[in-house]
Amino acid sequence: MDRERSRREFLAAAAAGLGLGAVITVAPVHATPKEMEDAIQKVVGSARVSKGRVRLELPPLSENGNTVPLTVSIESPMTPADHVRAIHVFTELNPQPEVVSFRFGPRAGHARVSTRIRLANTQTVTAIGELSDGSFWSATAAVVVTLAACLEDA
Amino acid sequence: MANALVNVPARARRGEIIEVKTLISHPMETGYRRTQLGARIPRDIIRLFVCTYNGTEVFRAELHPAIAANPFFVFSTVATESGTLAFQWTGDNGFSATESATITVE
Repeated sequence: MDRERSRREFLAAAAAGLGLGAVITVAPVHATPKEMEDAIQKVVGSARVSKGRVRLELPPLSENGNTVPLTVSIESPMTPADHVRAIHVFTELNPQPEVVSFRFGPRAGHARVSTRIRLANTQTVTAIGELSDGSFWSATAAVVVTLAACLEDA
Repeated sequence: MANALVNVPARARRGEIIEVKTLISHPMETGYRRTQLGARIPRDIIRLFVCTYNGTEVFRAELHPAIAANPFFVFSTVATESGTLAFQWTGDNGFSATESATITVE
């Protein structure tokens, strides 16, 4: 009897452990790090972010993470009624998830900006565009970094 | 005073979309680096860049430590009228720099 119970308990515990293990190993594949999600949440609020419309150009391989050229753009007529309000850039593995926020109005003509960013690691960069109709769009780009930023001594 | 470089076309047709390039010398110290003795180097970055066209804001960027040293931006604006494009950078430790460029719109 005793032996039976312990066997049953063992099986139950093993099943639970297996289930838990499956969740832990499967989850990180598509989950972006929590801090980036929180940072995006702060900008987006409760709105839904759809994939597409944003064009994020980054080199697939960067030899120097201290200065990585980035161009981000959204096709938009840029009229007072229909324009891009802002584009925000986030990284998942830098010490801080926020990179930059660009704000436009209809006077910008094009919603297109180029700059240079720092990347602390090989990672995925996310750009979120905010349109005047209140919708949010996103794009991601993966960059392999051979020399990481932020790590060298001064 | 920091060195700022701006590139704005001198002339444009009315309604034309012009490209503006700006560059400013600034270390953009992240606040995450340490000296060889292990002391943390305090953050010193430009936090805000604003471009105004005859007093109307046309572009703004909010910067974080992940912007590379010597912040460089290329953006665009519509040439509406002749006048001045004013650029302002503000940041940590009271950093402030301004630059301007004139444009003739035909």
